[in-house]
Amino acid sequence: MSLDPSLRDAILGAVPSLRAFAISLCGTVDRADDLVQETLVRALANIHSFQPGTNMSAWLFTILRNLFRSEYRKRRREVADSDGSYAARLKAHPEQDGKIEFGEFREALSKLPEEQREALILVGASGFSYEEAANICGCAVGTIKSRVNRARARLSDLMAIKGSEDFGPDQAVRAVLAGAEGN
Amino acid sequence: MEPKNNFHVGRQGFLPEPAGQGNMMENDKPLGRKANMLSNTDSTPPPKSGLTREVQAKIGQQLRAIYNDVVDQGVPDRFLDLLNQLDGGKPGTQGGDSEKGGA
Repeated sequence: MSLDPSLRDAILGAVPSLRAFAISLCGTVDRADDLVQETLVRALANIHSFQPGTNMSAWLFTILRNLFRSEYRKRRREVADSDGSYAARLKAHPEQDGKIEFGEFREALSKLPEEQREALILVGASGFSYEEAANICGCAVGTIKSRVNRARARLSDLMAIKGSEDFGPDQAVRAVLAGAEGN
Repeated sequence: MEPKNNFHVGRQGFLPEPAGQGNMMENDKPLGRKANMLSNTDSTPPPKSGLTREVQAKIGQQLRAIYNDVVDQGVPDRFLDLLNQLDGGKPGTQGGDSEKGGA
């Protein structure tokens, strides 16, 4: 097989983001990287079906998500995973060292229903449009919008429970209002 | 955050290309992408129960921070090797190495 250099570069350019998405789905770096590897193998085997000029990244995300849905989820169910262990695994990321402030956010993120988390990440972190995210997830645009909105609302609620002082925009104001208490 | 070229991954993270250069499969109308993502108002309902613009922005920030932690790691060698292997043992081209340096 000889891969067009521009396709090759497009694929490599998408890998970092693919990994980030895969980690958000799988919860561990190792499993995510296996999923990415499988995605690349599948993509190259089917590269003839990629339409030049379309978004390589979205194409790869679609493959990765379908693989995850069809295989990895099954396996995950087999080991009787739970939200709790997913959260624990998220916390085990080495790259998370020293970023305590994200701990609570990750935990809140892990509590979202999978479809909401997925939609939020595609739109809010990967930067896909609602239309692209809908294509990747094989659902209607309105469904993606609804999932993203529910995810945001849920996260907001979860973070508020954790303490709005830490999360809100008015931390300084609150500190002032609290007066001598904080000093 | 501004949309960037699709295939350049840097510290600021990864964003797909702006609308125009194709948008996946069947959908051929312009995407009207919003650059600011979570803080966009494309379909955002009126704020309710504390879901203010500021809170949304904060959620977006943290989400991207987590995501970009991974993106900033660039392309691990195993994937460069895999592509070389699948691509008939060709040596690496541009694209890969520049990503690796980004982390």
